[in-house]
Amino acid sequence: MQAFEAFTGLVAPLDRANVDTDQIIPKQFLKSIKRTGFGAHLFDAWRFNDPGLLGMAPESRQPNPKFVLNDPRFRSAEILLAGENFGCGSSREHAVWALMEYGFRTVIAPSFADIFTSNCFKNGLLPIVLDKGDVSALMLECTNTRGFSLQVDLEAGVVRHEDGRAFNFHVKPSDRQRFLQGLDEIGLSLAHADEIRNFEFRHKERFPWLFENQPCRAS
Amino acid sequence: MPRTLYDKLWEDHLVTTRSDGQSLIYIDRHLLHEVTSPQAFEGLDLAGRDLWRKETNIATADHNVPTTNRELGIDGIEEDIAKQQVLALQENCDRFDVELFDVTDERQGIVHVIGPEQGLTLPGMTIVCGDSHTSTHGAFAALAQGIGTSEVEHVMATQTLAQAKAKNMRVRLDGDLPAGLTTKDVVLKVINEITASGGRGFTIEFAGSGVAAFSMEARMTLCNMAIEAGARSGLVAVDDVTIEYLRARPYSPSGSRWEQAVAYWRRLQSDANAQFDAELRVLLDNLEPRATWGTSPDQSAAIGACVPEADAGNRRALEYMGLAGGEPMTEIAIDRVFIGSCTNARIEDLRAAAHVLQGRKIASNLSQAMVVPGSGLVKAQAETEGLHEIFLDAGFEWRAAGCSMCLGMNPDQLSPGERCASTSNRNFEGRQGQGGRTHLLSPSMAAAAALSGHLADVREFI
Ligand code: SF4
Repeated sequence: MQAFEAFTGLVAPLDRANVDTDQIIPKQFLKSIKRTGFGAHLFDAWRFNDPGLLGMAPESRQPNPKFVLNDPRFRSAEILLAGENFGCGSSREHAVWALMEYGFRTVIAPSFADIFTSNCFKNGLLPIVLDKGDVSALMLECTNTRGFSLQVDLEAGVVRHEDGRAFNFHVKPSDRQRFLQGLDEIGLSLAHADEIRNFEFRHKERFPWLFENQPCRAS
Repeated sequence: MPRTLYDKLWEDHLVTTRSDGQSLIYIDRHLLHEVTSPQAFEGLDLAGRDLWRKETNIATADHNVPTTNRELGIDGIEEDIAKQQVLALQENCDRFDVELFDVTDERQGIVHVIGPEQGLTLPGMTIVCGDSHTSTHGAFAALAQGIGTSEVEHVMATQTLAQAKAKNMRVRLDGDLPAGLTTKDVVLKVINEITASGGRGFTIEFAGSGVAAFSMEARMTLCNMAIEAGARSGLVAVDDVTIEYLRARPYSPSGSRWEQAVAYWRRLQSDANAQFDAELRVLLDNLEPRATWGTSPDQSAAIGACVPEADAGNRRALEYMGLAGGEPMTEIAIDRVFIGSCTNARIEDLRAAAHVLQGRKIASNLSQAMVVPGSGLVKAQAETEGLHEIFLDAGFEWRAAGCSMCLGMNPDQLSPGERCASTSNRNFEGRQGQGGRTHLLSPSMAAAAALSGHLADVREFI
């Protein structure tokens, strides 16, 4: 994972609640066995009027002019503002890969679904929870102001507005540290390999049936 | 201090607290399918890591598999990229030595159907899968949760999951469920009450006097949809119903180990005075059968009611669904019926639907009605009982096992504008096919809709 640095980015408003991961990246794109190639299909059914298939050339598509990300004002947005419960539904991590590949580095919403939040923190997309009222106000301002930008500072835990307002947000210290330093999470856990082995030994004594009659590859 | 069932499961699996403050919990079972595993295997490869305990892993292909021509095996998958994904699962399982129930294996099926069916899901386990409906397995008092692909790789490499503990919610279901209703109606009501995000950050335990009367299949339907309320896990405590279900399953313990396991399983209950952070009570006696009308699983109504009037909050959903708002639920005409998915494709679900359909024919305005059993073994059992003949006689298609039109990754999809009565779990825009419209309901309600050609009250058919 790349270390996450403070940045100032253009904001795009997606004024909907319960944006589910089926919308963020529809199922037909999940057939890929890679981690890349999803950005071109972010919000595919909303962004395009023609049915999308994996690997289609973007020039051949028919953009839906009514969808916010097709508004030239928001083309290079790096911050997505959204409604409550963003990322609900399927556990597909492809949703996070798609948002990042498209160019988003953070999503700001009043709340996020649990699995989506975990997926964000494994990949370097920062989910920022702000007060619902603040999100609505920013949504309105963003819609009405050309070039509306915000500064995101994870180290300080603050989103800063150009007019001087600051919105504090909280990120678990463990996630924050990993993000700022770009640490490999599996490596972090494997540093506890001895403890895992000791636990496993005791677990086997307590629950021997979980270690017997297990699926085994017929050779 | 009195503890909840979730507290006990958590504590029995807590390995350590990592240097950065995250807890590591030990994972007893990891289920894999073809869609969310390839990038995790690739990650292991790139880092030169191996599986920590390979025999805890079990894989099946379910999302991409066709529901026709299954004797052709992988060659029956028409779309090349889908075939590649199923092949990748085979190759990864070969290379990493993971047991696989492949396309032609009779034990193949939806990952959340085959786990319990095989006894791979046991009380007191921690279970994960790169799939949000892993909550299903909580019906066995197992701490079961859906995870993302990075977490899949983490579990493969470390046998642990890094997370913070969730809060406790109890949903008390008291009373008796009226005839014709199922736990699908119950869970749609629960989600409607707590909303699609109300369960975020919680593990939901379903308790109360009503639960004792529910079969394991019915309890799985409840826990399956806990995620639609935003909760990563659902739970039901162990009782005789749980234990009888597991007796003599292929991977259940046997002999003296069975007795030893049962003695532990019986303790998997919340203590009498355990504290819950949130609580909801639903009286079963007054419930009515339900169906969804919108594009989020919390947008449901009793079948005798009307679709809500349009307002700022639901306008987009109504527009997508092609509804004006205010019309009676029973006036919503449908084009297709789908009985299937990890929510409602177990033997009991098929029996309930067949019971309604017996000796009747589906309405002439339907373009298709189909049954997709949850596993090869559910299909075989249904055929032994002659259920397939009831479905076929009524005008249903009888297909092979898989996820099918629950998410339409295989050729089973809705066309734009088509309206489907579906026993699955998500009515999101485009879930069953781009532009398709989904009404979620129980298998018996789906049967009633098939007979009527529109949403209908199953109680008029039994
Ligand atoms: S049946 Fe549907 S919800 Fe269940 S695992 Fe398959 S795609 Fe997911």
